[in-house]
Amino acid sequence: MKKTKFLITAAIIGISSIVAIAADHIDAPAVTGGTNDITDFYAFQGQNTSNLVLVANVQGLLSPGSTANASFDENTLIEFNIDTNNDNIEDLVIQAVPRDGKMYFFGPAAPSQTGLNSTILTDDAVGSVDITNYGQNAITATENGMQFFAGPRDDPFFFDSGQYNAIIDGMATSFNNPGNDSFAGTNVLSIVVEVPKSLVGGLGTINTWIESKRKQ
Amino acid sequence: MKFNRIKLFAFAITTSLMAFNCSNDDDNITVPTGPDFTGTFIQEDQMARPAVGTVFVSTGNKDAFNVTTPSQQSSAFQMMFQNNLEALSPAYSNPGDANALGLTSSQFSGLLATDVLNVSLDGTTTFFDGTNVLTGRALADDVITVELILIFGGETGLTNSENPGLSDDNVNTNDKAFLSSFPYLATPW
Repeated sequence: MKKTKFLITAAIIGISSIVAIAADHIDAPAVTGGTNDITDFYAFQGQNTSNLVLVANVQGLLSPGSTANASFDENTLIEFNIDTNNDNIEDLVIQAVPRDGKMYFFGPAAPSQTGLNSTILTDDAVGSVDITNYGQNAITATENGMQFFAGPRDDPFFFDSGQYNAIIDGMATSFNNPGNDSFAGTNVLSIVVEVPKSLVGGLGTINTWIESKRKQ
Repeated sequence: MKFNRIKLFAFAITTSLMAFNCSNDDDNITVPTGPDFTGTFIQEDQMARPAVGTVFVSTGNKDAFNVTTPSQQSSAFQMMFQNNLEALSPAYSNPGDANALGLTSSQFSGLLATDVLNVSLDGTTTFFDGTNVLTGRALADDVITVELILIFGGETGLTNSENPGLSDDNVNTNDKAFLSSFPYLATPW
């Protein structure tokens, strides 16, 4: 098991030297290839247009062969931050943290403190969902008007980062047509939350970002 | 591995409960509680707009950027963003030069250096769809091409790029179709 993990890590680091540029995949030394490594963030109106969908992806560039071995880390909290009054400080957070095969969700609620340190808002527990295993149909849960999913998905990001790097490195002068999607055929671990807009500001524009935080 | 550990744990609890029952000392049975969510969690990574940290944050500053709260990012990193933007796309150093949004080097880098994703709660949510700008990020948005146009395309980047070979990577869609309903993302490969 340990050896497998080491090999996966080694493989990811190997890929990272080829695919250095991504949405946020493997972007910084302290998190590269780790369970805390955020790859992407999406925020869009839901199928029900009264809802907002928030997506946090972590642990990018998983090959189909390595996806079954990837798992969420119980010591890593993923936090969706929502600023409703345009000062770029979070007024509300939605927290997601796994325990024993389930992803637990808290909020949206005001954090106990803003900034780099968080405690889990256990008074604002809103629901949980069984983490979907690789090869299993998506397991979703609906609680308190919110919908939840956690598990492996196709990486929705697309980019010819190989050619971009070649350009940056002076090995090429332009993109190719057609380009080559460097993220084709790779998976990520996704956390998807659908929340009524009324719970995250209601109207107007909000500012959002996601964070990974490790238990001390 | 993990499952086995859980099974072992369950077995241990069952055994200990049975042991208590045998001792006939029911007062001391500890009822299993819910999961433990205690502790302080400290930030390691953060992200909002796609590729921003990767493209505009210099190699030695990536970890520092990831632990700087958005409200502090502009004062700490705007100049670095501007320098990296002008290094990537030298036309930005010409006085008055702007991109397709009419933003100069300092204005564009100032916008990007506060790394938050603006999201509209009033309608269309897209990074850019030809009409709406920075009202969210949908799965199918070709965010890289939008960013390339804004970095390399110049004032007329949307219709007549100054650097046509650099303002579209010619990968316009994902390799799997998205779902129209929750959880929206495609099944894994």
